[in-house]
Amino acid sequence: MAMDAQTIANMIREGIPGANVKIEDLRGDGEHYSAHVISPAFKGLSRVQQHQLVYKSLQGKMGGELHALAIHTAPPKD
Amino acid sequence: MENIVFERIKQDIGSNDIVLYMKGTAVFPQCGFSAAVVQILSQLGVAFKDINVLEDAAIRQGIKDFTNWPTIPQLYIKGEFVGGCDIVREMYTSGELQDLLKEKGIAFKAAA
Repeated sequence: MAMDAQTIANMIREGIPGANVKIEDLRGDGEHYSAHVISPAFKGLSRVQQHQLVYKSLQGKMGGELHALAIHTAPPKD
Repeated sequence: MENIVFERIKQDIGSNDIVLYMKGTAVFPQCGFSAAVVQILSQLGVAFKDINVLEDAAIRQGIKDFTNWPTIPQLYIKGEFVGGCDIVREMYTSGELQDLLKEKGIAFKAAA
């Protein structure tokens, strides 16, 4: 079961309020995505913690329905 | 059940400087993300223990629960979770991974 880009983006936006989310379908196959997420919620967090927030917003879909999602996270630049 | 698996993980990451939980082996990775991390570690010339989660369903699920991280590969250095493929790649490119190895006293090959 694949997920569409809009669903992924919406879940991340819901899970991380104020997040700026950009999803790319890397191969156009609905299976391999990358997510660029910018959010003030990431301030002061390690990369691991930032990615854990993204995974949490996906509510267990990652590794299941969602096979491949490259994640890039950062707090907004001042 | 979970405790036995967690104990094995703790022992592996405690007794090896660098441990990579991956799909396939260092010689024959079976997933592009795992292969990418193997390549980075090879470029750094560091020895690491590869643990093939495809051969062990308990570890495959156990390491995800242990780290609170839903995907494979997972890189541990000196018992500490460093990240998955994206983070390791970012850290290698920025030089942070090299700094971390230095800080932990693990010798590596500097990029030519």
